[in-house]
Amino acid sequence: MSDVASFTGVSVRRGKSTVLADVNLSLPAGQIIGLLGPSGAGKSTIMRALVGVQSKVSGQVSVLGSPAGSASLATRVAYSTQASSVFDDLNVRQNLEFARTIIGADPTRIDAVLAEVGLTNVAGQKVESLSGGQRNRVSLAIAMLGSPELLILDEPTVGLDPVLRAEIWGIFRDLANAGKTLLVSSHVMDEAERCDRLIFVREGRVIADDTLANILLATQTTSAEGAFLALAKKQVD
Amino acid sequence: MRSIQRTLAVTHRVLLTIRSDRRTVALMFVVPSLLVGLFSWMFNNATVFDKVGGRLVGLFPFVVMFLAASITTLKERRSGTLERFLTTPMRRGEFIGGYALAFTVMALVQTGITLSFAIYVCGFDTKDSVWLLYMAAVINALCGMSLGLLASAFAQTEFQVIQFMPAFIFPQIILGGLFVPLTQMPDALHTISDWLPLTHSLRALVNITDGLPLADVMHEVLIVAAVCAGCLLLGSLTLRKKTA
Repeated sequence: MSDVASFTGVSVRRGKSTVLADVNLSLPAGQIIGLLGPSGAGKSTIMRALVGVQSKVSGQVSVLGSPAGSASLATRVAYSTQASSVFDDLNVRQNLEFARTIIGADPTRIDAVLAEVGLTNVAGQKVESLSGGQRNRVSLAIAMLGSPELLILDEPTVGLDPVLRAEIWGIFRDLANAGKTLLVSSHVMDEAERCDRLIFVREGRVIADDTLANILLATQTTSAEGAFLALAKKQVD
Repeated sequence: MRSIQRTLAVTHRVLLTIRSDRRTVALMFVVPSLLVGLFSWMFNNATVFDKVGGRLVGLFPFVVMFLAASITTLKERRSGTLERFLTTPMRRGEFIGGYALAFTVMALVQTGITLSFAIYVCGFDTKDSVWLLYMAAVINALCGMSLGLLASAFAQTEFQVIQFMPAFIFPQIILGGLFVPLTQMPDALHTISDWLPLTHSLRALVNITDGLPLADVMHEVLIVAAVCAGCLLLGSLTLRKKTA
């Protein structure tokens, strides 16, 4: 399988501090890649560098064969920020209609994605009146509208109960089965099991980039949490 | 073609957002009229009101538009929607253009209501130049909007935007010639006043109600329109796709 995106020697500075230090990564196609680490580790910065909204990036970020942020990527990559980035005062359908016009997607996609994320029956409701899980699915639906090849989703399951989380991960799996690549960030380690591949980030550095099985084997641990702790300890030493 | 579609999509969305907040719509449309009515009642004198009425019709929409535009765009910067949609084919010029168009629609309605109220309820005499007055007042409201769009770039919170009112709007009102004619101001203040956009808007309006030639009106209106365009351009430059 080819890679859809890669980081080569990427560093990001914010003021005097270094937010990312010499990151090298590659995202294989058709997989769900989990970007895991505590808050402030640099997960959002990695995602922002991928979609080209992060300033002061040194090194090379390449996405689908073009430099990150290129105009040609605008419809091939979809991005949802940590803050859900939906319009609370509009209803679900109005959100999707706006996004559809901006992206230039086919009008029939609206009903299709509404069905895929299970929001058809609340399409006429204002987003602010929805539950957290439904709100996240509106954001996901907007990302899916243009049938992008790569979806970059920042904390799409944050604050959700386990049932809703499982539902959203089900949608991710369907997308991956359809050949899409997903980069999903989370600070909840037990979401690691649902990913095809993991990237552990801590203090601006990538401390692991492999499948969960390989990471467990290398660290002689039995859980993602344990492996993260072992790798973090090794980083400190 | 796509670019026009995206601009109009932004306009449509902004209008939907404003419409969804009924109370704000009511406040935007009704409050300027009530304030004009309050002035008319306070002066209790048709001659005085005819002298200041034109400027009042322009002034209140200016202030309301400044606030509405700065807070809605600030909300967009903070909610992540701006960052998200700047990664789509939407250009920042389309975003600003869409906002400007939406607020033009609002300004047309709001100024229309305020002017009608002044004429039909307060008995304001426009000296047969009602359309000219309407145009000058709408451009003034748009000037408030463009200043608001620009101001939102320099605020991190809604509180800060509100503080921009006393900081940037009140001095323009105080020095705008409404309280003391420019010619009676100390030279330094007169010079400062000449550089403030609201001074020119108010002068355009007073030139209309004083029955001055069209050229004197258009000269001021063009200055205001230029400030408007300048602020929108600067505003779009502050919408950086890349942020720290």
